[in-house]
Amino acid sequence: MPAIAVSTTINDDTVEFLCQPDETLLDVLRNRLGLMGAKEGCGTGDCGACSAIVDGRVVCSCLVLGAEAEGRTIETIEGMANGNELHPLQRKFIEHAALQCGICTPGFLMAAKALLEVNPDPTETEIRFWLAGNLCRCTGYDKIVRAVQDAAAEMRGETA
Amino acid sequence: MRYERPQTIEDATALMAGAEANAFVLAGGTDLLVRMQSDAFEADLIVDIKAISGFDAITQTEDGFVIGAAVPSAALSEDAALVAAWPGVVEAANLIGSTQIQGRCTIVGNLCNASPAADSVPALVAADARAQIAGPAGTREVAIADVPTGPGKVSLSKGEIIEAVLLPKPEPRTADAYLRFIPRTEMDIAVVGAAVNLSLGDDGTISAARVALGAVAPKVLLVEEAAEALIGSNLDEAALEALAVACSNASNPIDDKRGTVEYRKEVAGVLARRAAQTAYARAGEN
Ligand SMILES: Cc1cc2nc3c(=O)[nH]c(=O)nc-3n(C[C@H](O)[C@H](O)[C@H](O)COP(=O)(O)OP(=O)(O)OC[C@H]3O[C@@H](n4cnc5c(N)ncnc54)[C@H](O)[C@@H]3O)c2cc1C
Ligand code: FES
Ligand code: FES
Repeated sequence: MPAIAVSTTINDDTVEFLCQPDETLLDVLRNRLGLMGAKEGCGTGDCGACSAIVDGRVVCSCLVLGAEAEGRTIETIEGMANGNELHPLQRKFIEHAALQCGICTPGFLMAAKALLEVNPDPTETEIRFWLAGNLCRCTGYDKIVRAVQDAAAEMRGETA
Repeated sequence: MRYERPQTIEDATALMAGAEANAFVLAGGTDLLVRMQSDAFEADLIVDIKAISGFDAITQTEDGFVIGAAVPSAALSEDAALVAAWPGVVEAANLIGSTQIQGRCTIVGNLCNASPAADSVPALVAADARAQIAGPAGTREVAIADVPTGPGKVSLSKGEIIEAVLLPKPEPRTADAYLRFIPRTEMDIAVVGAAVNLSLGDDGTISAARVALGAVAPKVLLVEEAAEALIGSNLDEAALEALAVACSNASNPIDDKRGTVEYRKEVAGVLARRAAQTAYARAGEN
């Protein structure tokens, strides 16, 4: 199969890569670009561990072809912190112990970031529904929900 | 396998028409990419329709709404005019999968995947929506219910691509609603889905109705007897009971671990009742 040349923007950098026509964006990120934050839990859209933001919408990168990245703007977990300064969501996940093995965490963080961009003050129900496509085998979800609520409050300037 | 991203519908249909075998249209990919993971799946050509101009737009016209074939479900709920006109269609499309799936999945993909349990399809049928189809021989329009012919099968000919879903402009005091039953609260396949679209006359009686069911037959059902049970009524108990009986009788579901035949027939009636009540209340507010 002839490889396809793709030019895209990932975490504010222009990135060019070659991929096979049937290769997923998740495989491109991990295997070709060394961006190992997105994880493959299922490969079929059920677990959300591969979540990335494409043109402002959070999607499962396992259900996107690498070739589809052409001309798009992609955000991955690697672009979330500002240098050494963690994003409030990342900090609150640590403070609330909202992770154990960590496999699901990059996906939860990307999905939660997308939520707070459209809804800075979500209710617990809204958080749980928004994150329903992210599965976690370890935490039992409560700590994740608290961490998102706390980060949202901080980002709204309500707590220190 | 070849991946193509044509810029025009003419190029897209020509690619599909010229393909030797195993050519697939790619919209949101939430069905197609899952199928691609299976070893049994073979594709020679993938035609990505998302770069075709106008395909990502929702347009309001004199006749209603034109929803392009590449519009993701999430965008439907962001269009206030569409939500006001067709709340049932939007709520059905918003039940598909998770936030991540919503960001990609399309109602045309939901229709063309032809699952009997597809959530947006009963709502589109109840709304009397039509599919605008482009092909090598020009364009044509068909009723949504005529697109799927059975599980996984559609009536499109070689080279044909659905360009858009056309939703009519609702009559005054018209509203729709969609409900599905799943054993979980999110992320599951409908055991039964029911959509009701109805209009009220000046005196508040129901002057027109369309009732459609999903997941209870090989393809979506438009249940005429159920609509007749509603028309002329004020949605009193007798009308609701006649609606439920008509829906249960029309259902011809399968028996599986998700629900027995008897259970699915019963649930079809219950959901139709509740969807009718929601649509009736919404129509009264219009
Ligand atoms: C985790 C998960 C959860 C899901 N949950 C639900 C659910 O709750 N309810 C539900 O109904 N579905 C569900 N689905 C199935 C799927 O998301 C929907 O059917 C979706 O609407 C498909 O749209 P798409 O744009 O992604 O289609 P694609 O995968 O791009 O295409 C689907 C099929 O339609 C064909 N096609 C697409 N567009 C056109 C066109 N314009 N003309 C001709 N043919 C076309 C494709 O070739 C393919 O065969 C789920 C899927 C996943 C992965
Ligand atoms: S790996 Fe993509 S959703 Fe599970
Ligand atoms: S922390 Fe282990 S899966 Fe979520």
